[in-house]
Amino acid sequence: MNFLSLFVLVPVLMTCAMFLCRNMRQIRAAMMTGASALLALSVALTFMFLGEREAGNAAEMLFTADAVWYAPLNIHYSVGVDGISVAMLLLSSIIVFTGVLASWKMSVLPREYFGWFSLLSIGVFGFFISTDLFTMFMFYEVALIPMYLLIGVWGTGRKEYSAMKLTLMLMGGSALLLVGILGIYFHSAPEGGQLSMNILDIARNRIPMSAQYLFFPLTFVGFGVLGAMFPFHTWSPDGHASAPTAVSMLHAGVLMKLGGYGCFRVAIYLMPEAANELSWIFLILTGTSVVYGALSAIKQTDLKYINAYSSVSHCGLVLFAILMLNRTAMTGGVLQMLSHGLMTALFFALIGMIYGRTHTRDIREMGGLMRVMPFLGVCYVIAGLASLGLPGLSGFVAEMTVFVGAFEHTDTFHRVFTIVATTSIVITAVYVLRMVGKLLYGTVQNKEHLALTDATLSERFSVVTLILAIAGLGMAPLWVSDMINSSLLPVVEQLMR
Amino acid sequence: MEYTVLIVLLPMLTFFVLGLLGTRLKPCASGLVGTLSMGVTAALSYWTAWQYFTTAKIDGVYRKITAFDVEWLRFTDNLHIDLGVLLDPISVMMLIVISTVSLMVHIYSLGYMKGERGFERYYAFLSLFSCSMLGLVVATNIFQMYIFWELVGVSSYLLIGFYYTKPEAIAASKKAFIVTRFADLGFLIGILLLSFYTKTFDFGLLTSGDGSIFSQAAGTTFMGGSAIAWALALIFVGGAGKSAMFPLHIWLPDAMEGPTPVSALIHAATMVVAGVYLVARLFPVYYFQAPEVLHGIAYLAAFTSLFAAVIACVQTDIKRVLAFSTISQIGFMMVALGVSGYGGHAGTGYMAGMFHLFTHAMFKALLFLGAGAIIHAVHSNEMSRMGGLRKQMPVTHITFLIACLAIAGIPPFSGFFSKDEILAATFHFQPVLGGVMSFIAALTAFYMFRLYYNIFWATPAEHEHEPHEAPKTMTTPLIVLALITCVAGFIPFGKFVSSDGADYIIHLDPVIAVASVAIALVSIGIATLFYRKHSPVPDALERRFSGLHRAASHRFYIDEIYLFVTKKIIFNGISRPIAWFDRHVIDGAMDGLAFVTNKMSLAVRGLQSGRIQQYVLVFLCGVLVVTVLVLFFE
Repeated sequence: MNFLSLFVLVPVLMTCAMFLCRNMRQIRAAMMTGASALLALSVALTFMFLGEREAGNAAEMLFTADAVWYAPLNIHYSVGVDGISVAMLLLSSIIVFTGVLASWKMSVLPREYFGWFSLLSIGVFGFFISTDLFTMFMFYEVALIPMYLLIGVWGTGRKEYSAMKLTLMLMGGSALLLVGILGIYFHSAPEGGQLSMNILDIARNRIPMSAQYLFFPLTFVGFGVLGAMFPFHTWSPDGHASAPTAVSMLHAGVLMKLGGYGCFRVAIYLMPEAANELSWIFLILTGTSVVYGALSAIKQTDLKYINAYSSVSHCGLVLFAILMLNRTAMTGGVLQMLSHGLMTALFFALIGMIYGRTHTRDIREMGGLMRVMPFLGVCYVIAGLASLGLPGLSGFVAEMTVFVGAFEHTDTFHRVFTIVATTSIVITAVYVLRMVGKLLYGTVQNKEHLALTDATLSERFSVVTLILAIAGLGMAPLWVSDMINSSLLPVVEQLMR
Repeated sequence: MEYTVLIVLLPMLTFFVLGLLGTRLKPCASGLVGTLSMGVTAALSYWTAWQYFTTAKIDGVYRKITAFDVEWLRFTDNLHIDLGVLLDPISVMMLIVISTVSLMVHIYSLGYMKGERGFERYYAFLSLFSCSMLGLVVATNIFQMYIFWELVGVSSYLLIGFYYTKPEAIAASKKAFIVTRFADLGFLIGILLLSFYTKTFDFGLLTSGDGSIFSQAAGTTFMGGSAIAWALALIFVGGAGKSAMFPLHIWLPDAMEGPTPVSALIHAATMVVAGVYLVARLFPVYYFQAPEVLHGIAYLAAFTSLFAAVIACVQTDIKRVLAFSTISQIGFMMVALGVSGYGGHAGTGYMAGMFHLFTHAMFKALLFLGAGAIIHAVHSNEMSRMGGLRKQMPVTHITFLIACLAIAGIPPFSGFFSKDEILAATFHFQPVLGGVMSFIAALTAFYMFRLYYNIFWATPAEHEHEPHEAPKTMTTPLIVLALITCVAGFIPFGKFVSSDGADYIIHLDPVIAVASVAIALVSIGIATLFYRKHSPVPDALERRFSGLHRAASHRFYIDEIYLFVTKKIIFNGISRPIAWFDRHVIDGAMDGLAFVTNKMSLAVRGLQSGRIQQYVLVFLCGVLVVTVLVLFFE
């Protein structure tokens, strides 16, 4: 059996285990075992991947496997990874691991909750290892559907509304995507011969321009909805605000990355000519996202809304970078996915922990929490500093790579939008410091908050893991950046074709 | 000289140790750990300086030594961020300045911060700051400088906001960070532009003579300036932010909310001169590629200096007086760089700017630490709460007086020598500018002695507790810095630092020297008449020029203008409408779509009623219509 398939098998086993578990202890044991196994697997995969590359294996995808799944449409279960998918798998496993820790105290229907949670993980991991369009799409859907139930049942506030909104908007995106994928499939062999769903095969053939013009926007918007591209981002604030902690973490940390990854792997890689021609449209939209999200965040008062709008801004930068269509900027885009995934998961974890104690997320009702819960306070400040791009933490590495790459374009259009995007570093500082100042500093606003306790052991473990990952990426970025950069060569060659 | 990397790593290690284990240690233990580590760092810096200045000279010129270098992040084949240690005269000089002042502040704080909550946190932040500042000055490339530049900004934010339950401190720390961040945006875009055209971040390549790497940018112009000139101007914006040049100076006076030793270290001696250091570091690039930018810097700096000196004359909070005095003195350094030429005697300005940076760091740190001792004794920052302290605090009094004489430019104290060279360079460049700078020097002497007399002479204020001299831990640094201030003027500075690395022999211009001392003495005389004993003249003048006085005490309303722009325009004029637009228009459109779909499905729901009779009726009607149509069109 192929090594990569373990990434799907482990969450499948976790889901099955939920049917057998009888009490909370067993559930926790099963989930922890599974999540740790996934973390170990992805670390092992990273080392194996780097080892293979070191040994001179220059194949585009490593650890590939292939099995026919549905012959009439030539659908295969085919898997393989390059540096970018390895990075994404590493991110996903860290988030799943810390997400399980963050929902340690889940008391409402825990079996069902963790069951859906594991099902969602199947989709996420499956998506990143797939190299077949249809399999990829299937895993994508598997990841989306549990979200509806997780928010609708375990959420807070206007949970039914938010769950419905999120699911419908994302489903709208996947409808476009399905059309796009089928379009690609039917044009995958322009000179006749066997039509294919395999990404590597399609990339070798050139899809006719007329088809590219039609299907590039469809797939890009389809994935872009999940990547919170302006103006299709409004599911994000409501969805995140209503979702339970671990679901927000997984959703903002990993699921939104499915969007960026898909845009890059499907839309740009398979339709490079259209990408070159049409990227300007989406550059305007994503460049707008970056500043618009940040400016909206300034005026929010709900912690989750602040972070959701901040995500719109940061994820906008991901797509913005990818659309720069050069190697440095795209490396930056992938780094930004990693960085944003870790940062936002940390934020949502901390917000969840604070909300669990104060029962409010409104910054006007809180204040002075640093003195009451110093551990959470310090971690919150670290998360904030990572978000505003402090050197030594991950955000800086990603943003700088994006900006240096984006500056390689000399025409006025790109320059203007790059400079517009760079202003986000100031706006981000404004909302982060405002939030930190109101929430943590000053005197305690509410007398009841004086009795609150600091983080528990599992919470500390979860938060520290994320901070270590953020600081690790921020302090020693070279190996990740090189791993991503070298995997971008085929994409760049496609674009130069 | 690979060991020099320890100068940066040691404080970083101390930061992590104190940050992670600080709460487990006893407060005094963490203070000692911090101080000891800084002591070792300072010793290493002195050793480095000794080694560098004795061995690095080849053919009469100091060369640049890359003592340590490691690749940290690669963007493209040419553009990569390295982290390393670059030794050349100015970086070594800065190592001495930073580690000396930092060590003094560490020792002083043992007494000043005694018993404060968060003592270990304070020392952790001090270590972080020292690490960042040392990393900044030894940067081998402009991106490394930017990295540590940002870290310096954050440590300054953390230290200004040290008393995080005090609303003014929170606001001040936020303001400092955001204003400098805004300036750093300029810095970043400048770096991106510069590196795009030169294909390198490396200082060695950028500043090495022939300028061929700038050829690619030739011909690229934007709004009348060359691309390189724009890049350099934007980089200067970053420097102007950290060095509090008008109009980005507004954060510095507020930064005085931090503990006083922090003001001495960060907001007087080290961080605020980072901008000066940046310009000095890139000086050959400025001078050869964009002299017009350099001259612009000189005029802007002169204006800033004058502006700040006028404000300093009317402030009543002693730390604010010192803050505006700092802005004014940094203006002097920037002017010196701006008017300087390159090489030989033309490079007077460069040498003088660096010299003034050195002497100013020592005496300004001394002034702030002295102010700290005074505030410690009377529990207030206001001049009106002081007076007559010379008897109770003799050590503070004498050291403070030495610093005041130095900043006023009275020989033989250090400030005289460096300021005199600046004036000489400025007169050489442009006599009118020289006149303006001399006037500012006169103002400096006046406001410093106004401060001095108000604190130590004048009428004693009522105190709950009798003020007493500070403890040994606090007076020792004062004495050390005062000694340095007394002798630093006699250092043959030109032998170590000059624009081209070759020896520069300082000649004092007797005319300028005599004139400037005379002006300073007159100003001091006026201050003595006004403030030594209570005199009606200042009040009369205040009434006579009430408009100017009010404007100056409100710092010419620059803060109000900023508040208007940020609160009214950006917050309420842009951010709030965008947030509203997002919730009501964009999201409204999505909800509207759902609403319409819902209504439409309600409308057509009737068709699926499940009643057979209705289906049959519709079916028959359909058949009828089709039949009619078929017959009609046949």
